[in-house]
Parts: sequence; C-alpha cells; structure tokens
Amino acid sequence: MVELTINGIKVQAPEDATIMQAADSVGIRIPRLCKYKDIHNIGACRICVVEVEGARNLQASCVVKVRDGMVVHTNTERVRMARRIIYDLIISDHPKDCMGCFRNQNCELQKLGYDLGVDEYRIQGERREKHVDISPSITRDTSKCILCRRCVTACRDIQKVGAIGTQNRGFQSVVSPSMGLPLDTTDCSMCGQCTVVCPTGALSETFHVNRVWKALADPSRRVVVQTAPAVRAALGEPFGYPCGTPVTGKMAAALKAMGFDDVFDTDWGADLTIMEEGTELLHRLTAAVSGKEAVLPMITSCSPGWIKHIEHAWPDDLGHLSTCKSPHTMQGAMIKSYYAEKLGMDPKDLFVVSVMPCTAKKYEIQRPVMGNNGIPDVDAVLTTRELARMIRTAGIDFCNMPEAEFDAPMGLSTGAADIFGVTGGVMEAALRTVHVLVTGRPIPFDNLHVTPIVGFEQIKEAEIKFENVLPEFAAFEGVTVKVAVTSGLAGSDILLKDVHEGKSPYHFIEVMGCPGGCIAGGGQPRTEVENFRELRAKALYSEDEGKTMRMSHENPAIQQLYKEYLGEPCGERSHHLLHTTYTPRGFFNERLNDPE
Amino acid sequence: MAKYMRRLESVSDLEQVKQDFLEETSNYSYTVIVCGGTGCISSHCGEVMTALKKQYVTRGLREEARIIESGCLGLCALGPTVLVQPGNIFYVNMTPEKIVQIVDKHLVGGVVQTQYTYFDEASGEHIPCMDDIPFFKDQIKIALRNCGSIDYDSIEEYIAHDGYQGFVKAVTELGREGTFEELKKSGLRGRGGAGFPTGVKWESGFRQPGEQKYIVCNADEGDPGAYMDRSILEGDPHSVIEALMIGGYTIGANKGYVYVRAEYPIAVERLQNAIEVARGFGLLGKNILGTGFDFDLEIRIGAGAFVCGEETALLNSIEGKRGEPRQKPPFPFQSGLFGCPTIINNVETLANVPVILTKGAEWYASYGVGRSKGTKVFALAGDIKHSGIIEVPMGIHMRDIIYTIGGGIKNNKEFKAVQSGGPSGGCLTKDHLDVSVDYESLSAIGAIMGSGGLIVMDENTCMVDTARYFMDFVQDESCGHCVSCRIGTKRMLEILQKIVSGHGEPDDLENLKILADVIKDTAMCGLGQTAPNPILTTLRYFRDEYEAHVVDKKCPAHVCKDMLTYEIDPDVCKRCSLCSRNCPANAISGGKTEPYHIDQDKCVRCGTCISHCKFGAIHIR
Repeated sequence: MVELTINGIKVQAPEDATIMQAADSVGIRIPRLCKYKDIHNIGACRICVVEVEGARNLQASCVVKVRDGMVVHTNTERVRMARRIIYDLIISDHPKDCMGCFRNQNCELQKLGYDLGVDEYRIQGERREKHVDISPSITRDTSKCILCRRCVTACRDIQKVGAIGTQNRGFQSVVSPSMGLPLDTTDCSMCGQCTVVCPTGALSETFHVNRVWKALADPSRRVVVQTAPAVRAALGEPFGYPCGTPVTGKMAAALKAMGFDDVFDTDWGADLTIMEEGTELLHRLTAAVSGKEAVLPMITSCSPGWIKHIEHAWPDDLGHLSTCKSPHTMQGAMIKSYYAEKLGMDPKDLFVVSVMPCTAKKYEIQRPVMGNNGIPDVDAVLTTRELARMIRTAGIDFCNMPEAEFDAPMGLSTGAADIFGVTGGVMEAALRTVHVLVTGRPIPFDNLHVTPIVGFEQIKEAEIKFENVLPEFAAFEGVTVKVAVTSGLAGSDILLKDVHEGKSPYHFIEVMGCPGGCIAGGGQPRTEVENFRELRAKALYSEDEGKTMRMSHENPAIQQLYKEYLGEPCGERSHHLLHTTYTPRGFFNERLNDPE
Repeated sequence: MAKYMRRLESVSDLEQVKQDFLEETSNYSYTVIVCGGTGCISSHCGEVMTALKKQYVTRGLREEARIIESGCLGLCALGPTVLVQPGNIFYVNMTPEKIVQIVDKHLVGGVVQTQYTYFDEASGEHIPCMDDIPFFKDQIKIALRNCGSIDYDSIEEYIAHDGYQGFVKAVTELGREGTFEELKKSGLRGRGGAGFPTGVKWESGFRQPGEQKYIVCNADEGDPGAYMDRSILEGDPHSVIEALMIGGYTIGANKGYVYVRAEYPIAVERLQNAIEVARGFGLLGKNILGTGFDFDLEIRIGAGAFVCGEETALLNSIEGKRGEPRQKPPFPFQSGLFGCPTIINNVETLANVPVILTKGAEWYASYGVGRSKGTKVFALAGDIKHSGIIEVPMGIHMRDIIYTIGGGIKNNKEFKAVQSGGPSGGCLTKDHLDVSVDYESLSAIGAIMGSGGLIVMDENTCMVDTARYFMDFVQDESCGHCVSCRIGTKRMLEILQKIVSGHGEPDDLENLKILADVIKDTAMCGLGQTAPNPILTTLRYFRDEYEAHVVDKKCPAHVCKDMLTYEIDPDVCKRCSLCSRNCPANAISGGKTEPYHIDQDKCVRCGTCISHCKFGAIHIR
C-alpha cells in the first residue's frame, strides 16, 4: 500500500492502483469518458486529467499509477479549463444531433457534458465524413464515434476476434474493419459486445423495431413473440430495477399489452433443444463406446455468434458442432409448423418475433438454412434494449402493471431452460437429462447444479461417471464423460485449438459467444454495475430453483409435441425442422467459394 | 564491401586487421574521397566517380592513389564534393570534366587546382584546404568522426580507425559498471531530443531484472529538413553497430534492433551490408572475439509514420502493432519491446559511445558547457548559404552556426528566425542569436535542441504561415490516439488557415493560445505535448505579425497570397504592355492611352507581372 494525498485527503491505495481508483475509493469521482470498467484504460480522451504536484503536464488519472507521497488535485481551475476545452474538442467533431439519436438521455458523452457544466459550443470546425455501415446485426455510424476504442478492446482483446481496429491517422482516424470494408464482409462474429461498450450512438444493433411495429399493426398477421431466458434477468434494469431482478411476469404482461397475439417463452425451445441435443450426444457417445466412428467432442450450437466465429476461425472443424438449431429458431420452426397446424393457419400469416439478449441472432435468422420452404423460422429479433424502448414507446408503465403468465402451449418450461442464459447452463441442463436417460436417476449434484461448471472462469471442466446404468445403455457402464465449458470467443479458440489438433480430451463442450453467456450478451442493457454478470446469473438460477420441473424431458408440453408431431428426438421430422448445416468461411471468407 | 570475410576469434585478430590495413594503404601517395552522401548522390556524384575511376586507370594511378566513396562530407549545398589527401584539398561542385583535370593536374601533376576549390565570398578568394574553410573550421567531429573520412563500406578501415576498440575496452577493461561510470562522467545525453543521460539509462536497463532484454537504435528521423542520423548511418554504419554491441553487453541484451524509416533506402542498404560483414567477421553472432558474449542485430523498416520516432510508438511498430505511443510509465527500460526491458537510443547518441570509451570521458567532457557536454550534430537547412551537416561543440552561439559556419543568409537577405527542433521545437529570433546552443538554454526560451534540425528563415518568411506549415505537418502525423492531439491540432490548424487566408478575427489569437496551452498540458505523448510549440513561440516573438494578419488583414512578409494586392503605379508605368501580355490570368488591362490596371478579382497573385516589369511600376500591398 502507498499513501497519497488527493484534494487534501490522505488516501491509502494498493501500489498498482491508478490515481482514479484511489480517488474513487474516497468518493472523489473524477470525470471520465473513454475508460470502461477495469477492462479498458488507454488514456485516449484525456477528460480525466488531474494535476500531480511535480509533474510538468496534467496526468490522465485512469492510467497513471499512484506513488507514495504523491499529491494530486482533481478540481483546480487548470484542470477544469483543460476538461472543458477537451470536451469542446470532442464535440466539435460530433453531430450533436442528440434529439434524433437513439442514445438520447442514455449517452455517456451527453451526460459528461452535463457533469462538466457545458452550456455552449465554443469550438467549431471540420467534421469527419459520416459513414454508416449497416450489417445484419450491427450498425456503425462513424460520425458519432469519439474514438474511445472501447469497441476495439472488446473485439480484439476480450473476444480476440479483431474485426475492427483504428484505421488512418490524425484527424482522419476511424474505427473500422481494415481497408474500410463493411463489417459483414469480415470475420466479425456479430456478437455485439462492441455495441454494449460504446458510450455514444456510434455502434448499435441493427434495429428491427419498425418491422415489429409494422407487423403488430397488420390485422392479417398473427404476431407471436418469444423471449430468451436471459432477457428476464436484465429487462428490469432500464426501468430502474436493481441489476439482477428477474421481471418475467412484468415482461409477459408488457408484451401482451403491446398487442402480441401469443406470448411464448424461448425456455420451451430450450427444453426442446435439450431433447434433441441430448439425444444427438447419446447417439455420438453410443457410436464411440461401441467402436464406431463418431465425431467427438460434440460442441453446442445455441450461440449464433459462436457459430459464425467457428465458421471463420475453424472451418475444418464444423463436424464437431451439434446440428441442432438454436432454441429460438427451433421454437420458430415449431410455431410455423406444429402450432400453425394447430391453429389451422398458413405459416405465411404468422410473424415470429424473438426477444433476445443477442445481436448475432439478427444475423442468424437470415441464414438461408433457418427456414422451411422459403419461410423463415423467425421474422424479427429484438434485443433486450430494443424491447425496453418499445415498451416505453407503447406507453406502458412497466413497473406498476400486474404480472402475467406466458401463453400455452409454448410458454411452459422447466428450470433447466432458464439457465440456458448463463455460461455452463446449457451443459448443466443437458447433463441433467442425459444422466436420467442413461441411469434412470438424477445427476448426483447438490440441487442439480453441476458445480464445477458454474461460475465465470474462462474454461471450466467436469467429469460425469455413469454407474448402474439402465439396461438399454449397458455399453455406458463405468464410462466417464468429460465436458468443458467456455464463454467468450477467446476461450473458444483455446478449446478449439486442441479439437483441431485432435488432442481434445472432452466429449462435450459448451461454448457461448459472449463472456459470461447470454446474460452479458451483445443485446443486453448497458450497465455500470461491475458484477452485473453475477447478479443476472443469480436471477436465472433463482428462476430455475423456483420451478417444480427442473429437467427438460419432464416438460409435458414438449412430451406432447413429440407425441403429437415429432415422433422421437432426432427423428425424421426433427431432422427436417430442427437441425441445420454450417458453412465453412475462413478468416477472409475465402472458403465461401470452396466447392462443396 | 570487405574484400574477404575472415572470422576474428580474438582481440589480437582485430589488431591484425588494423595492422594489415595500415600496411596496405601506407604505399599510396593520395587518397581521393568522393562524397557519397544522399545530397551528393542527388547532385550526381556517381558520374564524377565513374569519370574519376576511368581517368585514374588511364593514367595508371592504381599503385599511386586510393579512391574511396565516403559518407557525407557536410557541405551538401556545394555537392558533389571531393576531398584529396594529403593536404585535405576540398573540391566543390564537381563535374566529370573537372575531376579529369584534377586527376591529370593534381594527382599526376601535383598541382592543386585552386579554381575548383571552395570559394570564400567574404575574402573573395578560394580556400583549398578544408581545415581553413569557415564551414569546417569551428566544427568538432566526434559523432561524425568517420563520416566523410573513411570508406563506409570498409570494415577494415573502420577497424583501422580504432573501430570496435570501444567494445573491446568495455568488455575486457571497464566491465559493465566501468562503462556506465565512463558514460556518466562523459556527460553524454540523448541526442534524439529529450537529453536523458545515456549512462544512467543504460545502468537502469542493466539493473532491471529480466531474462530477455533488448537494445534498440531509433533511426526513425522524421523532422522536416533533418538528416543527421541518415548521414551517420550512411557514412559510418559500423560505429552504430559497435555502440549497440557495447550497449547490449552492458545491459545484458543479446539482441538489438535498428528501426529505420523506409524513406532512407541508402542508409538501410549500407547498414544492412555492414551488419552482414560484421557477422562474417564474427563481430556479430556467437562468442564475439572470444569474449563469450553473443549479440545480433536486425533492421526493422518503418512504414512512414513520424510518430514512430516516439520510442514507445516505435516499439509498437517493431512488434507489428499500430504505431501509437504507449502510456509511460512503465518506461521502456522497465517494460519495452515484447514486454521486456529495452533500452532505446538515437543514432547520434550511439555514434558517440565507442569513441568516448576509447578516448575517455574527460576528453569528451572537455567539449560543451554546463550540463550539456560534447558536441551536437545539426542539419542546416532553409535560407542559409551553406546548407548541410555540421557538428559543433555544445555552447556555441547560434550566431556562429548561422553566420560563420552557415555563411549567413542566402542572397544577402536579413535573418528573421530559426526553427530549432523541428515541428516540436520553437522559432527563435535575432534577439536569440547569442544564445548558447545547449539543452537548458534553448528550452529556457521556448525552443528545444531536438534531434538537430535547424531551419533558417529570411526576411521574406511569414511566421504565421510557418506556424501553419508545422501544424499541418503535425496534424498529418498525429497518430489519432488522444483527443488533444487528434482534434486539437486540427482546430489550431483551422484557425491558422483562417488567419492566413485573411479571415482572422481578434478572438482567434486568444483561442489559439488557449488551445495551444491545453494541448501542451494534456496530450498523451511527446509529439502532442510539443505540437503547439511553433505556435506558442511565434505568438510570443512575432505577435505583431499575427496582429497584422488579423487586424490589418496584411501579411508583412508578402507570403500569404490571399492578403496581397498587386497594384500598378500609373506614374511609373510606361505602358509597355509586358505585364499584360505575360499575365496568365488575363487580369491586366490598359493601353497606350489608358494606364494599365490589375483587376483584383481576376488576379491570382502569382507575381509574374512584377518579374516582367522593367520599370518597377508594380507593387505589392
């Protein structure tokens, strides 16, 4: 620990702390802009400069480390003047069209101006050219970019994708894919982590709001909505609920109030996914234990950002992916076949909206394989952030309305489905069901939680030994299944390297594209809460534990589906409607032209 | 290139190379040194060399004279230049025809061809001997000791001039601590601009724990008009290699990098050759001279970004990343290249090191003043008679550099200002001509020593336009990382553009000052922090000129075209029509009966009319 003085206050701080961290610890909040939590400190915006006695220049407090005996002043005339000028400089190269910007009142640049007491624009000059790049998932407007480079850190350093970087020099600097290429021609996974960290309106999901309003206004269409598990854990935040408050009932009520004809839960689709994916795993394992050829490890396919990433980064290893569609596309496919038949409707007249914590799902629904007879499984994907805005637009008093339930039949789900939204959850849900199918007994973990794979470490692993198996699974007696779980694309690359080299010791791997899983997805509300992942995960685990049925195969609506429509898991109809294929791409999309 | 490679196994092998070389060259009556610096190459010294070689063979001088191509002799303004030894006879403005006569009459006939030697305007006489020429007389060549006196391509000649003896002394005699002490005693400070004591830096590198360490030579010289480092690399590459070996040995690095800008192809080629030859001689590689020390070097070529001269941006560039400065601390000696302790020195700093060790710290410290010891190399450029490369003792007065060595202002115009330290430096006026040229004195008046660029400006220079020029440069070269530099320099440039185009407003000067102060105070790296210096110094020393632009809408130096008015004095005009016929814009009308007149809307202010008027009837207002 070192001792320094900030604004006359003696402060104890760890040796590797920054001046800003030391100031934060005693309630001195130095204004800041480019810094993002503990993951991005590059001293680019210079807003957080402070006076350090003995230093010739002002120091950026987000990057300069404390020293014993340091004397710091954070609020002098010199410092305030510098911050004002720097702020003026930043907005001199910004459109300042806040009224027409989707980040209005939710913009860090705008808020900073308020905090700094800005009351006029004093510096004017040339602005960079406006360039808007609309990809299926992410929209970039470079004119609003302040070059804080949080997005670059998210993409290059956290996800280790590196689809965007700083291009050009000086005033012409711009964050962009190399050569100024459009994002959807690059190896961008569409995970949307860049849109979560962007402080301004430069990066956003590509909005589907208007197409949803339009469908809702069209009397000839039945508009069906489904909501992913992670949405309920975060939708409350934009309405002032503390981070980690589950708002399932409010959400269902709001969706009904907005005019959706059916309000379904993607948890139902998650239970269905476990039936298909668990069966697929058992098929592969059965083949392996009986000496037949089987591609192992099998890897989960619920996360479309991860799917696009593997197609770019590991195009030779696509055989390891489960052929299952993701839960919301499975559910979309069932809505437009099974449910349409029940309703006696032409699937063309159904409009399926998925509310997702994810931006990549916007990309996913327009893949040609995500449909049947030319009809897409899902017609629009709203992020949690978009839904929150639509609820406001609809004039719904979210906090004060009575709670409601999801509609039948696709609103019924088990606890296993809730935890699909957090890293380790898909694996745990699968193991809960697979263990029962093989041994007839629940998985031998406290409260059904496979503890080694719960938590936020980059790579987690567990071993499950099958003992006293049911007669039809005699070949599994004494077999130990090794599983691994990772979230974030950086972790996926670590596991895939071994898979690619044939050295992977695992049978089953769960990958979620965003660090922490869907609760921290690219479509989730932006938050300043440091431990937001833990809090949102807790919300999902509490949903799981609050349910009477906690294993997917117990879901009576799913059992009914198999009985009435699909026959058996991984059967002929499933194969046709619920399973998919993948496309080798390569880093530069060079494999797209490969002959099949 | 060396005639043959021989691997030197020991210190005595090195001594043998020296003896062999001295013996071999002792029989020549003459040595003819043709300057092969970039300046002379561009004035066709190659043709001179070809003619020289041909004539020398024709006249059968193979046994008599030795011909070599050297690095820069310094007086680039008078190139191609040739030096004949003995006697140090300095021939200037050489042509193939002249060199043939020199071979015939000087080398064969023994008569110095005075008419081709340096002509001194002041005395109206030729000065044949280099040592008597004012340009050279006051110079002390330490970093440039071999530039222009030896064959840059001959490792044997370098060795014969006590080359690689500094390394031997460091390893066999001084040891690490002794070398640090010697460098500290010498007072050598970083010549790249910051002036950090080299001995202290190296010692910090040594004390820093770490398995892998690196030493890096910064040869990314980017200031407009500056080419000190280029001259050293082109003229004496082995001195840099030797210094890096010494540095590597003392700090504990066995790998070094030289980061050179791509715009220096000749320097890169000569350094690359020198590295390969040194490797062939066993001076790079494993167990150098049997000392057990391993060391090797690699050249990295920059992609043309000025900011990569900033040491941490340079490290990023070597690592293959975008050339942008890193936050300091940690300093490179703590965490540099690939996260390892790294010592970075500028070319000129390194070139001083071997000779400091061989001749001793006291000898070196006997030059210079106060805390600025030794010499400094400058590139003289701009409106000065003798543009070129010079090396002078610290503490010399600016007046001596400009008037004695530089020969004064071109075309006998008035001196107006000198920009010291490139875009990061400041403009000094005639009031500063008697300032001592050393680190402390220059920074006290708002300029910096910098890496050694000196741009001299005459009375016809507009200081506002000069500030605009430097701001344009810095804005172009800003890496874009921090707001202060990325947007701040742009806004300062815009204000300057507004002023020089005649649209300046009184507030602009105050705004310029506020912006400049804040940018200096808040920018992340040295480039941004010093970017406002040209504005701050010109605002300080030439405020009346700014005010003339803003208030009177006049450019006193008649440079800012948008503010000029060309007028014909009807009383002086003889109505000859020359101006009208030569005006490219058809802006001048008149005739025998009516006086000639310039239409200001059409006039493009090119000045053609003035140059054609024989009667001085056209004036700029």
